[in-house]
Formats: sequence, structure tokens, C-alpha cells
Amino acid sequence: MVPLLELERAYESAKSDSVFQKQFADLLKNFAGRPTPLQFAARLTEKLGGPRIYLKREDLLHTGAHKINNAIGQGLLAQKMGKPRIIAETGAGQHGVASATIAAHLGLECVVYMGTEDMARQALNVARMRMLGTEVVGVSSGSRTLKDAINEAMRDWVTNIRNTHYLLGSVLGAHPYPTMVRDFQSVIGREAREQILAAEKRLPTHLFACVGGGSNAIGLFYNFLRDAEVKMAGIEAGGRGNGLGEHAARLAAAQGFTGARPGVLQGTYTYVLQNEDGQIAGTHSISAGLDYPAIGPEHAWLADQSRASYVAVSDDAALSAARLLARTEGIIPALESAHALAGLLERAPQMSKDDLVILNVSGRGDKDMDTYQRLL
Amino acid sequence: MTSTLTNSPANSTRISRRFAQLRERGELGIVAYITAGDPSLNATLEYVLALAEAGADVIELGVPFSDPLADGPTIQRASERALRAGTTLAGVIELVARIRKTSQVPLVLFSYYNPVLQMGLEKFAAAASAAGADGVLITDLTPEESAEYRDILARHQLDTVFLAAPTSDAERLAKIAAVSSGFLYIISRTGVTGAKDSMPEDLPALLRRARNATSLPLAVGFGISLPGHVSMLGGLADAAVVGSALVSEIETAASPDGAAWALSSRMRALKEAARHGLSKREAPTGVGK
Repeated sequence: MVPLLELERAYESAKSDSVFQKQFADLLKNFAGRPTPLQFAARLTEKLGGPRIYLKREDLLHTGAHKINNAIGQGLLAQKMGKPRIIAETGAGQHGVASATIAAHLGLECVVYMGTEDMARQALNVARMRMLGTEVVGVSSGSRTLKDAINEAMRDWVTNIRNTHYLLGSVLGAHPYPTMVRDFQSVIGREAREQILAAEKRLPTHLFACVGGGSNAIGLFYNFLRDAEVKMAGIEAGGRGNGLGEHAARLAAAQGFTGARPGVLQGTYTYVLQNEDGQIAGTHSISAGLDYPAIGPEHAWLADQSRASYVAVSDDAALSAARLLARTEGIIPALESAHALAGLLERAPQMSKDDLVILNVSGRGDKDMDTYQRLL
Repeated sequence: MTSTLTNSPANSTRISRRFAQLRERGELGIVAYITAGDPSLNATLEYVLALAEAGADVIELGVPFSDPLADGPTIQRASERALRAGTTLAGVIELVARIRKTSQVPLVLFSYYNPVLQMGLEKFAAAASAAGADGVLITDLTPEESAEYRDILARHQLDTVFLAAPTSDAERLAKIAAVSSGFLYIISRTGVTGAKDSMPEDLPALLRRARNATSLPLAVGFGISLPGHVSMLGGLADAAVVGSALVSEIETAASPDGAAWALSSRMRALKEAARHGLSKREAPTGVGK
């Protein structure tokens, strides 16, 4: 608890620290490449024949995904707290690369924990982290994916707590992480709101984003939460079936996905995929970044309030969506982001030409080329 | 929630009575941890009885969990073996009832929060108490989030043991002690469970801070495996917790009977150190309740 309290104090003080905020804004602009464009997707819009579709291009950021926003914020915070070493977990490898990148940029030591199954399917990102001088530690316990990487990172953190900051990559874990990560990612929706008002003179009717832990989704949603007319959809990984172990859908019980109940995992009370005895279930998704048994607690709250809706799409639907975006817009999305598009494709037939959509392209697909080559 | 942080009602569980006896004798207690269901609940029954017979003062029964993030590799592997054998929280509670048919050794259920939460706090506390458990330790429940849990366990006469990390200052130690009953579990080093060769240098200072913060018995765990460690704790703590070293004996034994014998001889060596080592000679004065 003491380190969490220390982190909370440091974060609260950073919020009103003009030097910190100036550094953060400067790195987002000049190092990461913000603001990212909000691009009108003309051919995709025409192809679907329904809503007007805009793409929030987080894939264009340095390192290739929205993860760099949070990594910069927490990297600066580690520096402010005087911690010379950062550790991180990673699923798809994008958060690991972002952490390795900010560590190198700020001169911090960095160790990243990654499930060995994920290391195999995201080999490019492993190579990138190593080139950046980060030590990548393979985790072969449990399901050898994101959940187990977080367990191992937490074990490292409690062991090296005095000199180490745990740079958690999603809106997960104990307080203050879900709040802090949301705040660092909320730049996505802040920009998107201004950009859509400039382009269309009105608010969007729908937002779409994929949800693993949920950081890109909450980053997009947050600045629209008070706009009651803006509908929000979080798209989860439906994997290859409805049974426990075949998917990573925590909030899609209405679609028949089984096994999610409120529970506690890794310091968070939220919806968790588990068996009747409270043991955490295995998950499956073709997308390493969505392959996780719990969901960020703020998404659980938004779902309970019916402020956002959550649906799951299958591995196959995500693959098809990735190919569609590549061929209509010239953008190869990450498999995670392809889930968001697959969710839109399923909804689009019920939408009208007056509907206005922002879809978050949270990351680019370079890391997934092996999978795309194999399966498409 | 902090306003509800108060001491649990005074109780006289087997745990408190055992610590009172130890203090009277000026003797360091040994708390033994093993993972229940590793490799089967029948084997665990045999191990618990062997440990109690060899002098263990309190036994912690680990409830296996899929994601034991406070544990090192030894107990992670034990949890995996126990889960593969089909161990559930309900099964561990039944085991407590079986132990009670032949032994009155103080028993603490050592669990992560989610299995307990899924059973339901009330149902869990009632069943554990009826089976004859004396206390519960939840590794991933913080004092701040524990009010309802403590109320329910106290109503069922179960001690609530909490962990105190070495990063805790005096104020934090007092806060953790205020919600604990039975004993306070002091984590000897930053990190996860697992046997280590030496004891951390800052441990005596941590234990002095804890003594100033509470009159509860102090049990020190994480990294304790050898009689020499036990000797060193004499006069500083009320008990040493030995876990991974025992779990390793179970892991490497050729048979459950062999494991029971190994546990028994290791426990005797530890108790010997506790009774005759530095612990006795350095027993402090004026430390009692």
C-alpha cells in the first residue's frame, strides 16, 4: 500500500505542477507526434453506405499505438519520484515498446515482462524493445499471456519497490492506476472532440474502440461522457467461441459469452472471467492486447450505468475487418483496433446516413503481419 | 472507511491462547505454511498432523489460487499442483473439519480474496468457523477495503490476520495492527514468498517499529527456512513463519509418507532452534500484552 499511496501523492502533485504538465505536453507533441489526425474515411463510408466515419489515427503516433501517451506520462512521473528503474508488462508488445522508448529517451533502466506465448506472436516488438536497451523477461507461468506478465511485474515491483516504478499500461490494477492511465490517455478524446466539431460542426453520434483493459477506449470516451447524445461502444475479443476459455468477453453476457462475474484480480474489483470457485479463467483471443480476463473498472461502471455498450466480435470478424480497412483506406490496423472496426461493421446496417462515427484506430498492424500473412 | 478501523473484539481463539503460552515460556513460536491440496487434500491432512505433532504452533493452510501474485515460484508451483488436483475453497474448509477430529492445532486459512468473495463472505465465515478454523489471512485485501470482511469474520469468532510490509512506517503499522487480531504478520523483506539464505539487515528495526505500534504477537515471514534464521528472531519476534521451505519438502519427496517424515524432521529442527537457540536467551522483558 505504501508505494501506491506514494504514487497517488506524486500523481496528484503532478496534476497541478506546471513544469510537469509542460514537459508532458512537449513530449506528446514533439516526441510522440500529437495531435494525431482525425481522418474522414471516405471509401469506408461509401462502402458501408450508412454512417459518416472518421478515424482517430493513434496508429500514426511514434511507436505505433496510443500506448505512448500513458508511457510518457508515467515515465515523467517516475523521474519526478526519483525512481531510476521502470518495469512494465506487455501483451501485444505495444506498451512494452512504448515503455522501452520513454525509458531510453529519459535515461531510465527498463525491464518488460511478457508472456512467452505473446513473445512468439509479437516477435517484432520483442526485437524493438531489445534494440531500445530494455531487458525483456519471458513469463512462462499460467496462460503465458498478459495476465501472467502483470503477475510477474507485480512480483518484481514488490521486490524492488524502493527504486522502481511500475509503468502499468492499461486502466487496470489498484488505485491510482485506472484513474491516472485514463487521464494520460484522455488526450485522445479531447483532440477528437475539437477535431470533429471543426470538421462537422456537430458532435459524433457514436464512438467505437476496442477494449482489452480498456485504455484507448476510455481515452476516447472520457471527454464525451457528459454529452448524453454520444453513444459509446467498447468492442471486446469474442475469440473463437462462447465457452469459458475461448474468448475474452467480460461484458458481453447478452451475446451468450459465459464466465464473467464481479471479482478481484490484481488489485481491481471488476468483471472477471472465472470459474465457480473464483479461479481466474484462461482466455483466448487472436489479439494479444485483448487477451485478458478482467476489464478496467471504469468500463464495468459505464456498462452497469448503460452509459456505454459492450459487444464482442470473433477472431475471424477482426481479421476480415483488418483486410477491409487495408483495402479501402490504405491503413493496416493492429489486430486490437481491427476488433473496433468489426464491431462497427456489425452495427452499421442498423445505422443511418445521419449518424456520425469516430472509430479509434488505436495502433498499426506492423506487429501483426505474421498473423495476417498466415491467416489472410 | 478509515473511521471504522478498530480492534476486533477481544477473543480467545486457539491462536491467542497459543501465543500467550509461548510468551509465558519465553519461547519463539513456529508458524507452518503449506498449500492445501498439494498434491491432494488427504496428503495435506497427513502433513498437518505431522507438523502439529512435531511442534508447529500455528498452521497456515494455503488456499490455492490461479494468480498467486504475492508468491514466489515454489508456492506458485504448489498452487498449480493443488488446482490440478481439483482443490477448492470448500474442499479446504472440509479439510479443516477433518483435522479437528484429531488435532487442536491453531489453524489459519491463507487465501487470495477472490475465492472467498465468490463463496460469499457470510457463507465463508460461517463454514470456516463451524469447521474449526481460528483465523483468516487474505493476502490481497488492504485494511482500507476490509471493514465488511472484518465485521463478518469477527461475528464468527475468526481472527483477521493482516500482512505488514517492510515499507510500512509507524503510522501504517499502527493502522494495520488496529484491524488485525490473533497476530500481526510482518513481511521480513520486500518481495514475494520464498526461501532465502540470510535475513535482511533492517529487520530488527522493522520489528522494533512494529512492537511500538502494537501489543499483538508478531510473526515474521517471507524468506525464513533455516534453524539459524529462527535463532536470530529470538527476542525480536513472537513467531517465525516457515512456508516455501516446507512446500519444497513436499515437492521433492518421493511419496506423501516421505514428505510427512521430511516435514516432521524439519519442524523438529526449527522448534529445537526456537527452544534452545538465541531466542530463549534473548527473550525480552516487558514485552507482554
